[in-house]
Amino acid sequence: MPDAARQPGGVETANTPPADVRPSRSLIWSVAMISAAALGVEILLMRLFSIIQWHYFAYMMISVALLGYATSGVLLAIRAPIAGGAWARAYCGSSFGFALAAPGAFLIAERVPFNPLEILWDPWQWVALLVLYLTLALPFFFAANCVCLALSRYRVHQPEIYGADLLGAGIGALSVIGLMWELPPQACLAAAGIAGLVAACLGAVNEQGLPGRPLVSAAAATAAVIVATAAAPIGMSPYKPLARTLEMSGAEVLAERHGPLGILTVVRSDRAPFRHAPGLSLGSRAEPPAQLAVFADGDSMSAITRRDGGAGSLEFLRDLPSALPYHLLKRPSVLVLGAGGGMDVLKALVHDARSVVAVELNRQYVDLLRGPFAQFAGGLYDDPRVHVVVAEGRGFVTAGAARHDLIEIGLMDAFNAAAAGLHALAESHLYTVEALGEYLRHLTPAGVLSISRWSQLPPRDDLKLFATAVAALKGQGIDDPGRHLVWIRGWNVSTLLVAATPLDAGRIGAVREFCARRGFDTAWYPGMRPEEANRHSVWPQPYDHQGATALLGGTAEEFLTDYKFNVRPATDDRPYFFHFFKWRLFPEALRLRATGGIALLDLGYFVLIAALAQAVLAGGMLIALPLAIWGRRAGAVATPSLRARVLLYFGAIGLGFMSIEVAFIQKLILHLHHPLYAVAVVLTGFLIFAGLGSRRARSGGRRSPMARVAAIIAVLAAAYLVAIPLLFEAAAAAPDAMRIALALLVIAPLAYFMGQPFPLGLAALAGETGALTPWAFAINGCASVIGAMLATLLMIHLGIAAVVFLALFCYGLAAMTFPAGCHR
Amino acid sequence: MRRTWLWLCVLASWPAPGAAQDYEAERRELVQEIARDFRDTSGHTGREDGSEAMLAAMLRVPRHEFVPDEVRRYAYENRPLPIGHGQTISQPYIVAIMTDLLDVGPGDTVLEIGTGSGYQAAVLAAIVGRVYTIEIVGPLAASARERLARLGYDNVEVRPGDGYDGWEDHAPYDAIVVTAAASHIPPPLVRQLKAGGRMVIPVGDRFLTQQLVLVEKDETGGVRTRQLLPVQFVPLTGGH
Repeated sequence: MPDAARQPGGVETANTPPADVRPSRSLIWSVAMISAAALGVEILLMRLFSIIQWHYFAYMMISVALLGYATSGVLLAIRAPIAGGAWARAYCGSSFGFALAAPGAFLIAERVPFNPLEILWDPWQWVALLVLYLTLALPFFFAANCVCLALSRYRVHQPEIYGADLLGAGIGALSVIGLMWELPPQACLAAAGIAGLVAACLGAVNEQGLPGRPLVSAAAATAAVIVATAAAPIGMSPYKPLARTLEMSGAEVLAERHGPLGILTVVRSDRAPFRHAPGLSLGSRAEPPAQLAVFADGDSMSAITRRDGGAGSLEFLRDLPSALPYHLLKRPSVLVLGAGGGMDVLKALVHDARSVVAVELNRQYVDLLRGPFAQFAGGLYDDPRVHVVVAEGRGFVTAGAARHDLIEIGLMDAFNAAAAGLHALAESHLYTVEALGEYLRHLTPAGVLSISRWSQLPPRDDLKLFATAVAALKGQGIDDPGRHLVWIRGWNVSTLLVAATPLDAGRIGAVREFCARRGFDTAWYPGMRPEEANRHSVWPQPYDHQGATALLGGTAEEFLTDYKFNVRPATDDRPYFFHFFKWRLFPEALRLRATGGIALLDLGYFVLIAALAQAVLAGGMLIALPLAIWGRRAGAVATPSLRARVLLYFGAIGLGFMSIEVAFIQKLILHLHHPLYAVAVVLTGFLIFAGLGSRRARSGGRRSPMARVAAIIAVLAAAYLVAIPLLFEAAAAAPDAMRIALALLVIAPLAYFMGQPFPLGLAALAGETGALTPWAFAINGCASVIGAMLATLLMIHLGIAAVVFLALFCYGLAAMTFPAGCHR
Repeated sequence: MRRTWLWLCVLASWPAPGAAQDYEAERRELVQEIARDFRDTSGHTGREDGSEAMLAAMLRVPRHEFVPDEVRRYAYENRPLPIGHGQTISQPYIVAIMTDLLDVGPGDTVLEIGTGSGYQAAVLAAIVGRVYTIEIVGPLAASARERLARLGYDNVEVRPGDGYDGWEDHAPYDAIVVTAAASHIPPPLVRQLKAGGRMVIPVGDRFLTQQLVLVEKDETGGVRTRQLLPVQFVPLTGGH
């Protein structure tokens, strides 16, 4: 958390009414509930925006929440203290404001006609994004108002209020994950609104002089919005595959399952049957039988295929590029990672696999295939040869000792999303060098790893995958990786095979025959001649074979530099497999806009850039502007040197804090297996422990302790970079709850010390001139809002380690610019 | 406060819609731009200049009639536009290049899968003898049928339904254009293509055509696919 934004205790220095009244129990509960609900809303908005738009909004939500918190902090810091009846009205107004805005802001945001797909065509999309940004910040603004008001009124009893705030927030973040298993996300949002409403009523209980009728009206209006939110269907982008499918005549939703990992929607379409057969050979005479589509968050379609035992109905599975490994292996034991609707499992059975371990992260897929659609799927997940495991694929492989003849990772995302670069910001630990190394270590001596990806022109996914495989093989000490690799492609799907041992002539012959019979192109196999490339689905140049040759030869580095897309292998430090954009492509793509050049860019990346620009704009507008107008007098009393120190110090700790927090989220995604879990655990951990640290810092009263604190942060953060992977590798097989507890334990000491610089700085300022406090709030708030987005951007380009080191630089800078001893 | 309103008014009027647009002049300008783009990308697409028939068709078909009122002012900008139901009307340059790649002329019969608002069908109708087009979204099919009839495109027949199985009654076709991408190329469509015929499939997202797949059926019935970028782009620099 940013220091100013989520350490409202600091407000006391600027807004210090003399009251020494004990807060009522109901107020304590009120604060706790507001804090819990606000954190819940932050996580819910991440989830909801993954559904109505795409995944990359997650990081924007952190920035949005910070904006709300910081704006509130600054406004309350610069205005005169509020007391008596005005206080009660302000608190009640804010708590009702939160109860209304928690569901209401989403209802409005859903209706903002923002379409990220048009962001490079239509300037209005930028305005729509800004409206989204400001609207969604509202609930956080009101929640922060409540906490700040309570802290400023009950100054002597701050620890109780502070404790309620932190504990509430911590519980809120974790319990919302539990709630999401039980309720659809919009109902969870309504629940947050109800919590806000209860909190508002609790806050009003002991207050005198509150107008009764407006209060009842506010409660009624809020209740109406809450009900409307719970009842309203989620307004998904009409361009998501599910929305488009439901536009088709005769398409109907058969089932829906929700949970923190996503919403699964099963759709039947009899008039226009689904024929999901990615990359089916053009020469194939087989067609898929009846299928049901399963959409995850309205995207990433997979299919449940009817299995009725009829001969021939599943023959199409033999004509997919991903059927290749079955021509190299006899009755293999198969491990399918990301089993989803079960097509890869079915393919294994059709090819007479001896056994299939089907690993799926989202247990609701399994529930669907074992429950309502078991009969349709022909009891696929209860077949005696199939063993279904609910787990994260990479973690499952790492934790187990079993070896497999074939490890297969199929297509898990939608082609359109891949083509538009909508996953550019989606981290994936399935496709990193380290992950491929793990898979290779879990193959039998004759075993094969098979990964299929959508193929694009010019090649991106498949070329990057090939580069990753080369790096992974070299990492295993294999000098001649080319002898272990096969890359084939159809018109829209590529399949890469990585063999544990060098491929012999017999296997190479099988590859050639498989491709020749089905009209697939070979991009690489050991001993392939250049003229064999690019024969069936003809590209302007054999980019695939050229790329493979370059990556295996002595010019790999030059190739990776010269290629206009980023196809450098993804690593655990930079797990952005889907990020292909290089900035030097930008002017060229824009120049070629009229002829379709925009399609060369990753849209997800540009939404991040747009959101960063909005963060700067909104941060400036809501934080810096009020200060410029009302806080000028405060600035006038300080020396230029002190003002510079305040700027550097509070800016640096804001940026540093957010960088470490975002880096931690990223780092823990691998170990907690899902972005949402990581966000919830990191937010909770940093909130509680940084809060504890900040309280300790205030009571410590040391004059210039920043150097010590910065040094401790530096040592801990650097040590964690090395220790976290080792620690979690050892705990890979542990249950979720254990790994979450471990994560919190790891976060605790670092967050504890990271919570200290802000109050230390404020205390030092109070010693100098308290008039600069609003500036400190504003600068820190701005830096945090921008830092959340900036850290994400830097992580994509430089990696997690670099972002952590940047944070350490920030803390070093803070140590040097600690704002003490600059008297006028 | 007054200043805020002033700002809001300025914002609301940007980009300012033309009071009375001269669609014909805008269309002429757009077609000239497309012709220029064709020359620029000729090395890539293999098409030197756009065919005269295609350019004449683009010049004749009123694109503004095929887009919703709220985006009509952008009708002759070279960009895709939303038409409702999660569908779009393609960037005019992409329509031009797809039409050109089909290599069709008077007397030919063309099948289109994915009518949308009917713009591509109208452009084809201005060149060929007969166009059959299938749209799976019922309301879109109905409005396209009404629109095409109103604008006098009598040689286009619109049918609501699934395009996967093609339209057997009028097969074989000289050319097929598939604007609704599937996970694979539907075998029935390949079968309904005449020997020597061509099928074009744009691949990518609704607003972004990534690449074009051209399926060519030779005189012996053999099938070959070519993939083209609509844009003059080479992915490698340096010595590679």
